[in-house]
Formats: sequence, structure tokens, C-alpha cells
Amino acid sequence: MTTLADKPHLSRQHMLDLLKHMIRIRRFEDKCAELYTQEKIRGFLHLYDGEEAVAVGIIPVLDKRDRVVATYREHGHALVRGVPMATTLAEMLGKQEGCSRGRGGSMHLFDRATNFYGGNAIVGGGLPLSVGLALADHMRRADIVTACFFGEGAVAEGEFHESLNLAALWGLPVLFVCENNLYAMGTALAISESETDIQRKASCYQISAEAVDGMDVVAVEAAARRAIHAIRETGKPRFLECRTYRLRAHSMFDAQLYRDKGEVESWRQRDPITRFRSWLETNHMVHSDELTHIEEEVAAEIAAAVAFAEAGTWEPVEELARFTYEDRTFEDRGVQ
Amino acid sequence: MSRRRTAPKEAAAPAAAELTYRDAIREAIRDAMRRDERVFLMGEDVGRYGGCYAVSKGLLAEFGPERIRDTPLSESGFTGAGIGAAMAGMRPIVELMTVNFSLLALDQILNTAATVRHMSGNQFGVPLVIRMATGAGRQLAAQHSHSLEGWYAHIPGIKVLAPATLEDARGMLWTALQDPDPVLIFENVMLYNMTGKLAADAGPVEIDKAAVRRAGRDVTLITYGGSLWKTLEAATALAAESIDAEVIDLRSLRPLDDATVMASVSKTRRAVIVDEGWRSGSLSAEIGMRIVEQAFWELDAPIGRVCSEEVPIPYPRHLENAAIPQVPKIVAAAKSALGRA
Amino acid sequence: MVDFRMPSLGADMEAGTLVEWLVKPGDKVKRGDVVAIVETQKGAIEIETFEAGEIEQILVDLNAKVPVGTSLARIRTELEPTAGLPKAAVAPPTAVVPPIPPPSITPAPPPSAGPVLPQPVLPVPAAPVPSVAGRMRASPAARRLAEQRRIDLASVTGTGTVGAILRADVERHPGPTPSAPKRAIGLDLDAMRTAIAAAMARSKREIPHYYLEHQVDVTGCEQWLARTNAAQPPESRLLLGALLIKAVALATRRFQAFNGFYSDGKFEPSPAVHIGVAIAIRGGGLAAPALHDTDQLALDDLMTRMRDLVQRMRAGRIRGSELSDPTITVSSLGERGVEALYGVIYPPQVAIVGFGKVVVRPWVIDGAIGPRSIVTVTLAADHRVSDGHAGALFLADIGHLLQEPDEL
Repeated sequence: MTTLADKPHLSRQHMLDLLKHMIRIRRFEDKCAELYTQEKIRGFLHLYDGEEAVAVGIIPVLDKRDRVVATYREHGHALVRGVPMATTLAEMLGKQEGCSRGRGGSMHLFDRATNFYGGNAIVGGGLPLSVGLALADHMRRADIVTACFFGEGAVAEGEFHESLNLAALWGLPVLFVCENNLYAMGTALAISESETDIQRKASCYQISAEAVDGMDVVAVEAAARRAIHAIRETGKPRFLECRTYRLRAHSMFDAQLYRDKGEVESWRQRDPITRFRSWLETNHMVHSDELTHIEEEVAAEIAAAVAFAEAGTWEPVEELARFTYEDRTFEDRGVQ
Repeated sequence: MSRRRTAPKEAAAPAAAELTYRDAIREAIRDAMRRDERVFLMGEDVGRYGGCYAVSKGLLAEFGPERIRDTPLSESGFTGAGIGAAMAGMRPIVELMTVNFSLLALDQILNTAATVRHMSGNQFGVPLVIRMATGAGRQLAAQHSHSLEGWYAHIPGIKVLAPATLEDARGMLWTALQDPDPVLIFENVMLYNMTGKLAADAGPVEIDKAAVRRAGRDVTLITYGGSLWKTLEAATALAAESIDAEVIDLRSLRPLDDATVMASVSKTRRAVIVDEGWRSGSLSAEIGMRIVEQAFWELDAPIGRVCSEEVPIPYPRHLENAAIPQVPKIVAAAKSALGRA
Repeated sequence: MVDFRMPSLGADMEAGTLVEWLVKPGDKVKRGDVVAIVETQKGAIEIETFEAGEIEQILVDLNAKVPVGTSLARIRTELEPTAGLPKAAVAPPTAVVPPIPPPSITPAPPPSAGPVLPQPVLPVPAAPVPSVAGRMRASPAARRLAEQRRIDLASVTGTGTVGAILRADVERHPGPTPSAPKRAIGLDLDAMRTAIAAAMARSKREIPHYYLEHQVDVTGCEQWLARTNAAQPPESRLLLGALLIKAVALATRRFQAFNGFYSDGKFEPSPAVHIGVAIAIRGGGLAAPALHDTDQLALDDLMTRMRDLVQRMRAGRIRGSELSDPTITVSSLGERGVEALYGVIYPPQVAIVGFGKVVVRPWVIDGAIGPRSIVTVTLAADHRVSDGHAGALFLADIGHLLQEPDEL
């Protein structure tokens, strides 16, 4: 029997919120692509198009006190978690007004206020970190969940196995979310894993696992509610495999030689935003001027973020070494 | 050689106890865990086994399995977990059994622990301590005999310590735990059995200065960790040949205490660095270069160094001994610096 | 009207080749539409427009490879629908933005509206340790030159950091004697030759030399060496020269008149025996640095130190004290020399022993004739201190000592 906590909230306002979150991410990513082609964003840029339902379905279910660990494809996660769009974009431009003082860029968004622990460019690098965050909460008996997002590519790394084992062994409150978009950069899942049913791997570590249609934001949210509720009740980890697809290339500089255009197009028919909007329209849960309003609001927010980011300043070079270590002298730390 | 080394007698406070380096570290851990409930020890075989080098023997019974936490063989996993726990407010001590296995955790140490503060714009720090055993001398062959503390000293964002005395074994840990940034502590395997006297009230010590263990006028011998005692022995041998060597124990490998080193080289005008790492690209190369940068005009002889031979450390005793720094090589290097055969 | 430009798609993309247009003038496009295909080092990539409007003009031909930022087409944008939606981000100015090369420490600022990146300040190495008062600083190269030229460093002005004396400062120095000609860079041997000339001239001027010669059978020594060296690695083997020098040292102990210094009309015998070993180096250098306490040295030790002296001599690293300490000199031309060598005494010493090359001669041993290795040893001695009788006994003693190589 489902409790109130894990019943999907199908109120109209909530549905509109979900839609807006997804649209907001999509338009933001689009703007990032544009800025990248203009060389205002540099380095690597990994966009989330097509996967919005995963971050949007899961992260709002968490509380403020919970923790989020993500990957280098984390703009959507940061935005829906509440990291301000302006500071996120400033970070991508490398400005010191960015959430990481401009030092991290696209792949290293951090935000203490929202317990957003990055942003990690090492595939699988965030899993042990999540285990540690949860370990601290477990040892202090704090009612805090750590949500760890990673791609199916991370499943091949030893860290995945070590981390799941530790979390299960020690009973740690981690929600492992595998965003299975079928490609680790250019390598298809089928040619990198002997066992492609990923949620089965978690079961092998005695972690309750579920697979869900990652293109369906309502299904994702329902699964997230079940899982997070269970973690809070039992203190034990849970695993969610979200089956999704990346509509854009791995990064900006990717000719996509490894996948078929037809495949991309067929997944585009299942675009989470399009599908959800159609469903809402079909069920008369949204009016077209509400949609227009959403787009306008999002566009305005993005324009303001761009203006903020472009007006941002460069961290002075003299500050280069600052914060390699904490800014205190030995004496200041009051030892002995 | 498993010769028991005895530390020089300290001018100690009354009621100095006789104990081993291993005992001193255990006391340090115990003391830290009593003072601060956020401190816990995590690593392979630290609990039920009592620690690979018996450092944590008895601690499980005293503090329980939550705080003396046995881990599976998952170096990357539990080091990353230590990083996360530190970021979330705990004060973990991660024990990597030896520096040889630490390579499995190198990604977490370098790409997360060392980078997070700078990369996040100072939003998150990692107040983590990682302890590891290091060094050769027990005929454990190529995969178990590395001295990679020089490698780690290359990384900005972490601190690297090498306690060589009982005071430092006892006192560096607490100070390291107070540090808001990651601190790596390297314990040379040949030191665990070393006995000596330690004042009953021995406590935390500073961690960012080198120490002059023997004052001298003719040549400066710079070293750290397991090589300290060989270097002091060499200094005694040199004294018999009327060469008065000054011996510096670096104690901290990152940051290096340039001031102490340069003051000494300025006085003696000659330097020999003793470093158990492989010679090429070693910490001794860094120190030598710093001496050239900062004290060139004081030098009266080329800087010498005694390092491990550039071979994987072999198993048979005579070859292992030939591969790592030894007293005769240190003596010869010092005499060479003085132009003596 | 806005320009559609070649986009940057990657950190290391500098240019792209347009291989296909998917639109033509007159086509309407909206934001996100794919309008062309670009061939890059990674393969063909579809590029999209971020502007909505109508394609006005294609600017670049197919298969042209153009740098990132090049205008590819012109798009006539539509009028904005509401005042609330600002225009999309302004396209960069018309100047072509050159791609910033990746790992450049001091990137050239792009000539666009972008900010000028400040030059990073390279870390300055920590200041050298402040000096002890009155300490002189000179580079090793400067010191060596000063020693060779017998220039007192205290009289040289240093132009290096912290006032350190550099080699050029010593070169610039006028030198110890005003008449000394200006030296060209690097001719150290000149100075040495001058010194030798002065010493030899003085020797012949002041010292009444007498000369004696003696032939010594060193066959026994050679045999002894062969036996002893058989068990040694090459670098530890003894040469005959070591035996000769040791023999002279031991004999010198017994004949004080040949070991010491003559100055101010007086001879001071030396309590210690420091044999000066004459060493010649290519280019005309010659010096006779001391083997201290030669009579006390074991042969191995003597051999090692001799090798060390030769090596250091060649490297120019002989100390002043080593040149002034010898109490008697031994000179040998070795195998390439002549049968007898008559030396010139180095003042203030009073004797010099010379060894010629070893020659196999017919010799009478126990009444029969056989081949023996014979070396001619000579003595040139100061007649103010000793006379031929003492000299003869001295040489004879050397000869006797060389018959018992075991005792050396």
C-alpha cells in the first residue's frame, strides 16, 4: 500500500512546475551551445538534452538538507536543485561571480547553499564521495539522503562496485541514480558491459533496485518518491536505473560517428518535454498561453543570466594560488 | 635488516616512558579519538586484525566498530568515502595499508581531495588525514617496497608529512586532524619497531617546520623519515674522521621548510640530500634545485644526493640493501662534498 | 541582419570545412535548425543556427576550410514579437576572432569585445638567504679563474645578484701584475706557463744543481705487480709509478737533506714527507701537487690518491696548498719518455728525483746474462744542502727499496 509520501503528486500546479523545470533546462542548454560556438564558453561542454526528466523527476523530491552529487553533465541538476542560473552561467564563462569563482567551469559546478557537491570530470569519481557524505550522516544519525547521479559508463569503473558494496555493507543512505543513456561518450552499452541490465548489478550487492522509463517525468518522480521514502525509513541505499537518451552529442565536438541518425530521431519522438506537454494538453491540464508564459519567463531568466555572466569579471591573476589551501595561518588555527 | 633502532635520548620531562614508534602512533590515534568524537579510523584490517603493523591493536575494543571501521579491499572506494565524510563534517583518518596500494586511490586523492577547495571556489574543504606505511627494507620485493612520498609532495592542495621520531609519531596526527586541508602522513616501515623514551605529557607538535637533529659546521645532510637514523649514524661515522655534519629532518615534505635548509647550507656551504625515493625526479631533485635557487652563492661544492638505485626493489637482502640508501653511501657522499676520497 | 559564423565546437577546433549547405537563400530558419554540415578532424558535424529569420546570402563556398568565427552566411532576422523578449545574444563583432591557442601561459588577447586577459605573474623564486656580514660570494667559475690567475677575489667587484662575483668580473680584472697582458677568455694555461717560467728561471738562477744517476733493476717489482694485480679489478690495480714514489718516500725519510725547504740562506728539513708528483697536462700545463705523508700511505691508498690528483689536475681543481706543500718532487715521463730524466728543482725544495722509462736490457745476474727491466733514476739536488756522497747513498737506498716490493 502506498503512503501519501510516495504517491505521485498529480496536481496541476505540480505538473506545470515539472514542465517548466524541464523547459528551463532545455533552453539553458541551448543557450550554452550558442555561447560555446561563440567561444564564450570554453573547454568541454556536455549538454543534457533529452535527459531532463531524470533530474527534474528526482531532485525536487529531496529536501534542502539532502545532498546531491552529479557528473560533468550536471547543468540540469544544478538548476533544478536551485543553484541560481545567473551564477551557473557566470561559472561557465569563467567569471569570478560564478558559483565556483569561475575556477571550475561547466564540469565543476559546486554550491554549498544547496548542498550541491559538484560537478565531477572523472567518470565514477562521485560515487565514493557520495558514500562518504552518507557515511558521515549515518554516523551522526542524521536524516539526510545523498543522491548520486552517474551515467551507465561509470558502471564499468571499479569505483562503482566498491561504492555500492560499501553502501550496502554499511547501510548508508545513498540514492544511486544511473542515467542510462546507452552511450558512454561514443561507446554503446552493448559493447562495454557483459550484463547490460544495470539495475541487476545493484541487486547483486543487495541493494533494492528499480528500472524506470527515464523519458517519463511522472514515472521517474514516482520511482524517486518510493526510493527516497525507503531510504529514510530504512537508512539503506537504493538504486534507480533511469533509461533515457542523449539527444545531442556527447559534447560539442562530437561527430557522432558511433550512432545512427535514425536512432536519434526515433528517440526524439520520445523527447520528455514534448511527450509531457502533449500529455498535459491532451488531458487539458495546460493552456497554450500558460505555455507561452513559461517560455517567456524562461527566456527572460536566461537573458538576465547571460547579461549577468557577460558583465562578470575575471578573478585577478594575483589570486591564482588562493584557496589551494585554506586561507589561514597556522597560528590563526589556534592549535595548542 | 630488522635491527632495532634506538632513538637518541631526549632531555625529557620526568616520567618519560619507554615505547615504540608504533605505540606512539597508537597513542596519537587514541588521544585524537578521545578528544574529538568526529574522529574515526577507517581502513583494511584496522579493527579485528589490529592493523597490518599492529598500530591499531586494541582500539576496536576501546572505540567500537563504527569508529574503528574495517573496510573491504576498496582503496578508491574508502578513500573517496573518507573525502566525502570529511566534506560533510567528520574528521576521518583513512589508513591505506601501504603507499604501494595507495595507487589505487590516487585518483580520489589527486582529483578530489587535492582539488575540491580550489575548484569549488573555497566552498568545500577536505579536512581528511590519510596515513600510509612506506619504504623498503623488509625484503618484500618490488610491489611492496615503494617510497612515493616524493610523488605526493608534488601535488598542490595537500600536505605531506614524514614523522621520523617518537615525538613526531605521537604529535603530528592531532595537528594534521586540525588542518582544514588533506594531510598525508607517511610512516616508514623500518621505524615501527624503533624504541625510545617519550615524555609522558608529549602532545601535538607543529607540522610545517624542519628540525635540526644534529648541529654541525662542515656539511648539511638533509633527509626525512626512515633515512633519518641512517643519516645520523653516518654523521657519527663522519665525526670520527673530523667531519662535523649537520643533519636536518625535513618532517614536512609539502610544504618544504626552505628557511631551515637554506640557513644550514649557508653555514656549511655543502649539502647532501638523502631520499629513499628513486633518484630521477625525486624529492631530492626538488630540494637540490631550491638550494641552487636560494643559496647558490653560498655553495662551495656540488650538491650531492643519496637515493634509491633506479631499479624495482629486489627481494634478496644483499640486493635490497644495495638498492636503498645506506650509511656508507651517505658517508661517501658527505666526504665527496668535502673533496675527500 | 546577422552573420552566421563558423562555430567553435571544441577546445582544439581551429577551423572547419563546409561540405554541405542544407539551406539556400530565401529559406526560413528558426533557432536550433541544422543549416550546414562541417567536416572537422573528428568527422562531419551538423551545425545549427541560433538565429531565426531568412537566409539572405551564402558567403562561403563548399569545401572551403575556414577558421572558427568566419562569416558563413547572412540571416535577415524577424522583428521581435514582444518588447519583453530581448534580442538573442549579440553576435560578435565583424573582426575575425582568432582561436586562442590552448596551453598558452600568456594568451594573446583576442581583438574582440572580450576582456583582455591579464598577464599572469610568474612566481618569483624566494629571495636568497641574507649574507653573513663580510661574506664574499663568487661563482665556482669565477673562483677557478681567480685562482688560476692568482687574483685576490677581495679585489674584484661583483656584478651578479647580491653583489656576487661572476667569471666576467674576474676576466675584467687587470690581474695581479700591472704588466700582465690582457687575457683572452679561456686561456688558463697561459697563466700556468707564466708561473712555471718564473719558477724554473729562479731555480736555475739560485740553486747550484748537482746531478747523479743510478740504474735500478725493477724486474722484481714488475713480477710483484703482475701477481698482485691479477686479483684486482682494473680500477684498483697498482702501477709501477706507485712503487717508485713509495720507495722515494721511504728513502727520503732516511735522508733528510733532500726533504725540506731552503729559504733565507737556511735549510729547514721537513718532519713530514710530502712528495710532489709532477703531472703534465695536454696544452702545456705542468704542476707537482703534493701527496701528503707519502711515506705513511699504503700502496693502494697512494695509487688512489695519485689518480685523484691527476683527475683533479686535468679538471683544474688543485688547491693552492697542494702546490705549496711538497717537500721533494718526483718526476717521471713514463713509457713515452726517455731513458733518463734530469729535473729542475722547484724552489724552495732542494731535490727532485727523476725516473726514465723502463727498458729491458741484458744484465748480469748471478754470473749469467739475462734480460732485466731496468729503470734509470736520477737525482738533481741543491749543493748548498747536500753533496754527491749523500746523494749517492740516497739513490742507492731507493734502488734497494725497489728490490723488496713487499716491504713498500
